[in-house]
Amino acid sequence: MFEKLKNNDKLIMLGFTIMVFAGPIILAPFGAGYPDLLQRFAIFGIFAIGFNILFGLTGYLSFGHAAFLGIGSYSAMWMFKLLTMNVIPALILSVIVSGLFSVVIGYMSLRRSGIYFSILTLAFAQMSYNLAYSVFTPITNGETGLQLRLQDARILDAVNTSGSLPSPMLFGLKLNATNVVEMFGMKLQFNWGFYFCAIILIAAFYVSLRIFRSPFGLMLRAVKTNQNRLNYTGINTRPYTLGAFVISGMYAGLAGALLVCTDPLAGPERMQWTASGEVVLMTILGGVGTLIGPVIGAGVIKYSENIFSKINDKVLEGYFAMMPESISDFLVFIVSPFVGSGWHLTLGLTFMLVVTFLPGGLVEGATRIFDWLGSIGKKTKSAKPGGNTEAAE
Amino acid sequence: MGILEVQNVSKRFGGLQALDDVNLSVEEGTIHAIIGPNGAGKSTLLNCFVGRLLPDAGTVLFQGNSLLGKKPHEINQMGVSRVFQTPEIFTDLTILENVMIPTFAKRDGAFKFNPFGRVLKEVEIKEHAEKLLHDVGLQDSLTEPASAMSRGNKRRLELAMCLSQEPKLLLLDEPTAGMARADTNATIDLLKEIGKSHDVTLVIIEHDMHVVFSLADKISVLAQGTVIVEDLPENIKGNPKVKEAYLGETDDG
Ligand SMILES: Nc1ncnc2c1ncn2[C@@H]1O[C@H](COP(=O)(O)OP(=O)(O)OP(=O)(O)O)[C@@H](O)[C@H]1O
Ligand SMILES: [Mg+2]
Repeated sequence: MFEKLKNNDKLIMLGFTIMVFAGPIILAPFGAGYPDLLQRFAIFGIFAIGFNILFGLTGYLSFGHAAFLGIGSYSAMWMFKLLTMNVIPALILSVIVSGLFSVVIGYMSLRRSGIYFSILTLAFAQMSYNLAYSVFTPITNGETGLQLRLQDARILDAVNTSGSLPSPMLFGLKLNATNVVEMFGMKLQFNWGFYFCAIILIAAFYVSLRIFRSPFGLMLRAVKTNQNRLNYTGINTRPYTLGAFVISGMYAGLAGALLVCTDPLAGPERMQWTASGEVVLMTILGGVGTLIGPVIGAGVIKYSENIFSKINDKVLEGYFAMMPESISDFLVFIVSPFVGSGWHLTLGLTFMLVVTFLPGGLVEGATRIFDWLGSIGKKTKSAKPGGNTEAAE
Repeated sequence: MGILEVQNVSKRFGGLQALDDVNLSVEEGTIHAIIGPNGAGKSTLLNCFVGRLLPDAGTVLFQGNSLLGKKPHEINQMGVSRVFQTPEIFTDLTILENVMIPTFAKRDGAFKFNPFGRVLKEVEIKEHAEKLLHDVGLQDSLTEPASAMSRGNKRRLELAMCLSQEPKLLLLDEPTAGMARADTNATIDLLKEIGKSHDVTLVIIEHDMHVVFSLADKISVLAQGTVIVEDLPENIKGNPKVKEAYLGETDDG
């Protein structure tokens, strides 16, 4: 059954769409059903899907994709400041601008491969970060970051008489509006911003799926296994790799724009190397070169970042309250370095375990579990002839 | 003038003169064998034809056009395909995909941006690839990854990849090395048939004299980077210079 599902594109899209739309319900029991985090899942999912088109298909490991995330954010902010608070022009401009930047950076970095390519992309991203801090202050507002102001032009919007800052909207629909619904004994939060990001995530996933299945995608996978052979087969590999680089840069720009659509503030730290490294972790953790892996990786990392980092000693003491005090103190002592500000330690350990034991990421783990369940199913099937075979599948 | 004209080609690696003033003329539609002891410079010579190496001196003309300084993909698009001494295939891809890629390259050229096409819907490409795999004797488990194949089968796969492009000039670097006798004979028959039926010229490097003498219309003997003899097969066997070049070599002769 799993095999069939894996190769049926319509089923994949249907399953993905349902899971994403049901996100606020599914994730609420895990304490992740609030709009801010849900939006992050979707946005970083888009970022990682795009990154996977470059890294997963061609094997070119960029360490500078956060630059495009930042460029997308700044472009979108300028649309908000100059033109309108409607998010559509902001998204369009940020995709175009990040696309242009990735043509230039990709063209120069792709002259080298392997570690040299990675270093070049890292250098370009750090350069962008430093420029955003210093020389480009008139455009980026330096360290403070680019913010909305009452006196911004916004030539397409009606004059703002409310005295408060406007918020991003989609043809009048405010993205920060949330409907709280009591359901299944939980308070479920349905937020317009999340659903807007969710629709774009689904579209981004669909485009990635089509690329994976296309002759273009086949050539990209061939680059990963043997670029030399491809050259001697009459394929000019450079435009293929550049194509993949630009597409992934545009995905990053789109994600950057969505970040300011949900929270209109863009600072240079968004372009720092740690942010570039994060998307690498997401992709590898979820499963590099798989369709769904990057989305899962993004979800897991953003979840741990938001949930584990908020667990402090007080919260831990609460967890272990029913135990005798000495044991509880001991447990708090053991666990506390891994939570709160130490959540990076947990992330690092998880990452090490995954890379060592599941080189194909969490998706490989899931596949193995399904295969295992399948083999158990088969055994019971053969043991009980004439039994309920449907259940075994 | 031949389809491939090699004039005064030299190549030096540090202190080693790998190719020393090589001259070679390959007639269109023939099978031309290059033989010689290990380290004679045979593979180095092929590297100069496909854009892997730039010779220090000399010219290489294909159909009257120079190949020197051209990129590998440009040379391939001109109609030159090569089977490498150690199989160069896409190990992570399926056997079928391995042959579909060169077929795409032949049809769509060096670059085509079609991210919304569907590989599965390219029926013509798929059938063409399957036919060629069948021709070289690979018809089973085409959706398995190529990495699992035996060395002999990898070689046949690479041959199918090159043939799928219907090249004008096919360069084969030891195409039967690592194959069992029966497979070698099948490959000889296949190459004979290709040489006859298609409009293709073959240049073949081989240590196996059985293969060389069953196929070659003409033989060049390379030793220490120089062509010492170029002649018809029947005249090569008794040539004292050839014996001398192979002296000390116990096998293959
Ligand atoms: N890229 C290179 N750099 C340095 N030396 C090289 C290089 N390529 C080949 N050589 C040397 O040039 C000589 C000729 O090598 P080549 O591979 O052309 O021999 P060959 O005739 O193909 O031998 P074989 O029958 O073993 O394949 C060898 O001594 C080899 O070590
Ligand atoms: Mg050789």
